[in-house]
Amino acid sequence: MFLIGFLYLASQSVKKIIEINPYMLGTMAGGAADCQFWHRNLGIKCRLHELANKRRISVSGASKLLANMLYSYRGMGLSVGTMIAGWDETGPGLYYVDNEGGRLKGDRFSVGSGSPYAYGVLDSGYKFDMSVEEASELARRSIYHATFRDGASGGVASVYHVGPNGWTKLSGDDVGELHYHYYPVPPAIAEQVMEEAAAE
Amino acid sequence: MECVFGLVGDGFAIVAADTSAVHSILVHKNNEDKIMVLDSHKLIAASGEPGDRVQFTEYVQKNVSLYQFRNGIPLTTAAAANFTRGELATALRKNPYSVNILMAGYDKEAGASLYYIDYIATLHKVDKGAFGYGSYFSLSTMDRHYRSDMSVEEAIELVDKCILEIRSRLVIAPPNFVIKIVDKDGAREHAWRQSVQDVTTASL
Repeated sequence: MFLIGFLYLASQSVKKIIEINPYMLGTMAGGAADCQFWHRNLGIKCRLHELANKRRISVSGASKLLANMLYSYRGMGLSVGTMIAGWDETGPGLYYVDNEGGRLKGDRFSVGSGSPYAYGVLDSGYKFDMSVEEASELARRSIYHATFRDGASGGVASVYHVGPNGWTKLSGDDVGELHYHYYPVPPAIAEQVMEEAAAE
Repeated sequence: MECVFGLVGDGFAIVAADTSAVHSILVHKNNEDKIMVLDSHKLIAASGEPGDRVQFTEYVQKNVSLYQFRNGIPLTTAAAANFTRGELATALRKNPYSVNILMAGYDKEAGASLYYIDYIATLHKVDKGAFGYGSYFSLSTMDRHYRSDMSVEEAIELVDKCILEIRSRLVIAPPNFVIKIVDKDGAREHAWRQSVQDVTTASL
C-alpha cells in the first residue's frame, strides 16, 4: 500500500482483505486508513439493513452504499480502490468501487498499483467455469507476478473463497517464499571445493 | 476517450455510446452500458467521470419518475432536457458534474428529438450530436450522409460508418459500442457492436 504523493511502505504484514460480515469481503488498495474505516462503516450499514429489513443486504446494495458514501466525499482526498465480493440470492457478486464514486459490476477485477501486471496473468488463465482450486491458484499466481514487478506491492498473498455459506480463507503465503516455490533454485554444482588442507 | 453520438430520423432517434470503463491505462470493463433508459420514451447517453456519470443520470432518472408519480403524466423530452440542464447549471459554480449528455426522446406532439447538453450546462436541440474525441470523426461523417427523413436501416448504416471511422482513426479507440433507439413504440436497446468480446486467452 502507499500514500498519495510519495512512496512509503509502512508494513508488509497488513491485512488487505477486510471481512465486512460472514458472507461479504472487501479488498484494500489505496490508503489503508480510508479503506479500513469505510469498510467497517459499510459493515455497520449492512448490519443496520439486516436489522431494519430482516434480510441480508445484497452485494449490489452493499457496493452501492459504499459508492454513494465515497461519492459524497469526492475531491476531498480519499484514496480507496476496493472490490466488494459476496454471495446473495442472485449468486456470487463482485463489484469494483473507488474513491471517485465509480462502481462496476464484473467477473474479475484487479486493483492497485500492481494491477496491470496482475491482469496480464489473470486474463490469460481465466475461464468462467474454472474450479475453486484452479481459481485460487490463478489468484495466487497473479498476486505473485504483480508483486514481482511492482515495488509497492508485496507481503502476503491471501486467498479467500466466497460461497453460498459465506467466506473461508484458503491460504496466506509470503510472496518471497512463493517465488522459490514457483522458481526453485537448482542446487549449484561446485566446480572447486575448498577443503581443509591435510595436516603436514 | 469516451465516444457518444446520436441522430434523429423519421419518427425515431438513435444514440450510440462506447462501452469501455477505463481508468488511466487500464480497461476495467468493455461492456459497460452508458445509455440509461430514463423512462418509457427517453434515453440518456452520458459520458464523463465515472462517479458523476452514474450518480447524475440516476438523479435525473429518479426526478423524472417522481414527476410522473406526482402529476400522473410523464415529462416531455424538452422539459426533461431543460430540467437536466438546470441541475447542471446550479451545480456548476459550486460542485460541478463532469458529464456530457445526449438526451433522445419521443413525444406524441413533438415527435422524435435529440438534445445536446454538455458539462457546462449548454443546451441545444439538435438533429445530430456527438461528444468526446470520437466526435472529430463522427460529426463530419454524419454531416455528410445525414438526411432528416432517414429510415432506421439507413440510420444504422450511418451509425456503423461512424463506428468504423472511430475504430480505424482514433488512436486509442474503444472496441465495443452499444446502440439504442427510441420511437413511438418506446426506448430500447437495438444492438451491440463488439470487436472485442470478453474472451480470455485461456478459453481460446
